[in-house]
Amino acid sequence: MSSERVDGSSRVDGYGRLDRSRTLRFTFDGQPYTGHPGDTIASALLANGVVVLGSSVKLGRSRGISASWTEDATGLIQIEEPFPEPMLLASAVELVDGMVVRGLNGQGRLAEVPDAARYDRRHHHVDTLVVGAGPAGLRAALAAARRGERVALIDDRPEAGGSLTGSETIDGRSSRHFVASVLADLAEYPDVLHLQRTTAFGHYDDGFVLALERRTDHLPATEAGNRSRQRVHRIRAQRVVVATGAHERPIVFADNDRPGIMLAASARDFLHRYGVLVGREVVLFTSHDGAYDTARDLAAAGASVTVVEARPQGPALEGVRAIPGARVIPGARVISTLADQEHQDGRIGAAVVIDAEGHEFFVNCDALLLSGGWNPTAHLFSHVRGALAYDSQLGAFKPAQSVPGTEVVGAAAGEGIQPGLVIWRVPGPRERQFVDVQRDSTVADIARAVGAGLRSVEHVKRYTTIGTAHDQGKTSGMIAAGITAELMNRPIEELGTTTFRPPYVPVAFAALAGRERGELFDPARKTALHEWHVKAGAVFEDVGQWKRARHYPKPGEDMEAAVLRECAAVRTGVGILDGSTLGKIDVQGPDAPALLDLMYTNMMSSLKVGSVRYGVMCGVDGMVIDDGTVVRLAEDRYMVITTTGGAAKILDWMEEWVQTEWPHLKVKLASVTEQWAVFPVVGPRSREVIGEVFGDLDVSNEAFGFMTWRDTELGGVPVRLARISFSGELAYEVNVNAWYAEAVWLKLLEAGAKHNITPYGTETMHVLRAEKGYPIIGQDTDGTVTPQDLGMGWAVSKKKPDFVGKRSFARAENQNPLRKQLVGLLPTDESTKLPEGSQIVEFAADGVLPAPPVPMLGHVTSSYRSAALGRPFALALLKGGRERIGDVVHVPVGEQLVAAQITSAVLVDPEGARRDG
Amino acid sequence: MQLIHCPWCGPREEVEFHYGGQAHIAYPEYPSALSDESWAHYVFFRDNTKGEFAERWSHSSGCRRWFNAVRDTRTYTFLKTYKIGEVAQ
Ligand SMILES: [Zn+2]
Repeated sequence: MSSERVDGSSRVDGYGRLDRSRTLRFTFDGQPYTGHPGDTIASALLANGVVVLGSSVKLGRSRGISASWTEDATGLIQIEEPFPEPMLLASAVELVDGMVVRGLNGQGRLAEVPDAARYDRRHHHVDTLVVGAGPAGLRAALAAARRGERVALIDDRPEAGGSLTGSETIDGRSSRHFVASVLADLAEYPDVLHLQRTTAFGHYDDGFVLALERRTDHLPATEAGNRSRQRVHRIRAQRVVVATGAHERPIVFADNDRPGIMLAASARDFLHRYGVLVGREVVLFTSHDGAYDTARDLAAAGASVTVVEARPQGPALEGVRAIPGARVIPGARVISTLADQEHQDGRIGAAVVIDAEGHEFFVNCDALLLSGGWNPTAHLFSHVRGALAYDSQLGAFKPAQSVPGTEVVGAAAGEGIQPGLVIWRVPGPRERQFVDVQRDSTVADIARAVGAGLRSVEHVKRYTTIGTAHDQGKTSGMIAAGITAELMNRPIEELGTTTFRPPYVPVAFAALAGRERGELFDPARKTALHEWHVKAGAVFEDVGQWKRARHYPKPGEDMEAAVLRECAAVRTGVGILDGSTLGKIDVQGPDAPALLDLMYTNMMSSLKVGSVRYGVMCGVDGMVIDDGTVVRLAEDRYMVITTTGGAAKILDWMEEWVQTEWPHLKVKLASVTEQWAVFPVVGPRSREVIGEVFGDLDVSNEAFGFMTWRDTELGGVPVRLARISFSGELAYEVNVNAWYAEAVWLKLLEAGAKHNITPYGTETMHVLRAEKGYPIIGQDTDGTVTPQDLGMGWAVSKKKPDFVGKRSFARAENQNPLRKQLVGLLPTDESTKLPEGSQIVEFAADGVLPAPPVPMLGHVTSSYRSAALGRPFALALLKGGRERIGDVVHVPVGEQLVAAQITSAVLVDPEGARRDG
Repeated sequence: MQLIHCPWCGPREEVEFHYGGQAHIAYPEYPSALSDESWAHYVFFRDNTKGEFAERWSHSSGCRRWFNAVRDTRTYTFLKTYKIGEVAQ
């Protein structure tokens, strides 16, 4: 093989799988450089002689490239163009033309512009998923395909082949030929999915694997097209084959963090993959035969190689003893390094070696390669709680027991790794012996952790931060465990290793979010009238997933002014609300009355067809969970109306009882929330509006009484009207198929125009109901409030033998007269709007809050300004509140104590004179 | 994410399901006949078993049916699932 060095660079002819006919331009730290298609940023920088990339986060020491792929602990860069992204590994980013790259000094910097790229996801279901397209993975995938299985083969590098360099032979032929022929075979099977540039980053229960595919970053901008930038593949597999290879293990000595110090196989990878010779004078420090492949290949490419061999007898195998251009020093160790004198940037200049006789000497070098052995990459096995066991031959943990559905093959299982002398570190000054080079963590840090009494590797990890950087300890984890065991003088088998957790490589949140960002983050539910509300200038609020019109400000109005105007219009004229979001459950079947009698505190079986009843629902603990009206449509059919936020929960709740406790009941439930639009038309003028629009219907109080309903129609569209009031005013609820919502709404507005009909929003609705003391479940209650606490003992049946919650009402605590009860509060200054959530304390005659602890009597649950009362008012839960009506209490607001009089919760129209008009 | 075997639909993704607590806690036939303490045991007290545990699940984003399961709380493994009214085999 030819080994001409290309002038002015570390690139050698005859090596590498690059397209050298094309040149890519990029800048690094402002300097222009060139590379070729197939390069990574790391290989292009090394080819250009750039060895120092940045500086370390804690100590500011120079950092370079220490590995050729994602196990690199040090070679961090920041990409400015074309996709701004901090903290990427130069070794794992493919070079494209026009890239602007900076080395990382310390921490990265987030992009200042939003990420315009698209991210998405895809689901797969396969018989066999093979992770890793090295020789073991390729064989496993082909075998599965030949069995007729549906197969996915994914691999994180740009091309298949794993650690194969192309210089080996497999089955008597070049390994390149082996890879190409397996891929060609696999391509013949329609049920085989093969993805490169796709990293399995998490393995979860029942064969579920998440993998990230990098789809466009390696392409010129013109070729990316509409493709999403990254894709998360969610793969469910009957069988997961982990063929993820192994990570080479460094050896720790003093000043082992210099740029130019690299894993041995990575130097070989740079040579064969990218045609880059990482050094001309190379020192290779090793303790096993496997590293001699690197010595041989680098020597053949023109480097002078000195092998510092830790084993006294030298390499075990005959074949590696004599490598042309290499000398081997057996029984020797690298004990420290010296910086290069010429460059003055901290890069490697010489290795300090101690030989078998104890002589120390320098070996000048521009690259120092390390190989202390190999650690099986068992992350995906460990993610699913696969047990690892220490193998003293390998000096590493490898999969021990089997995990159903998961198979580990090849080097990931420890197969084919040549044993050697296990050596974690050489003696030397601990504070200069780096274990996690990215975290600047040293042997001294481990010694401090052990000295502080930490006995678990998990605790040592957290104390020293070893293994917590971007690489998650791919190269440092094992040596950290080994050194910890040595320092504690305990066998490493007992100590164990830290747990591998997803993600295997860093994954951007944008990729995990996929399309679910911005408007698509959470579904928004809109009523049929949403566009009308928008045009009417509504301000919206979120109620669950619903967008509800909160108020409709006129020019110059703030919310307070708009709500006061809307409230006054309803109480003196007529208003209209879009109440379509209320939950609606269609309850059908001969046992519908029996079910509702069990679910509600009051009697629903006695409700007459044509009538409506207010009801309260409690949990088995007797606490209110929802309220609303129940409409009896037929002997065997009801419409249950729930709160907007409670709709799904109450359907679930009723379903649960029907299915699990009372399956004998013949009753079916269905949500019809979105099928019906609902418009309460409310106020003293509402009868005139409804009477005009529905001319065929007698809307008088005598013919159409409170809490009854009637079916009618409008222009052929069926409409249901109900005399239900959530404000105390005369009111008609108009129910219509949602498809006709806008037409009916516009008819009502048209007829109401002469009465100045006023659309009002949820805020006004809240004020109007609070003036009447109607609680909102979840605002005025919190899961500890009974119907009796709310003053709704009248809604609790004494006749029914049982219903959900009944037995709990009799519990001693629920009889306590000092339970918090719903009351009204009127600030005596007639001007302060008490903040919701404010605590209530006893009246302090001197106006000063007593020293803590101050007994808390309760809290403000709702608070508004009232147009009808001409003053602010509040609802509150107050200990023994109903017995204290008339008392004055204090409410701390900021530094002030605001006096407030306790009243009944019903502040407007307590005699109920307004509801019938 | 686990696969949970709905007795009606077969194996489905865990996110389609809701947990419903310990199974086979029947609603008392005559709640009014119970002491406060017995009633409190029904309302508030549940086992916290290490090992095999019978629990209720709902396929809430699927067929919406409740069913029972026996799960090993040490490993999360579902050992069996069965319909309401059936006995664990
Ligand atoms: Zn199901």
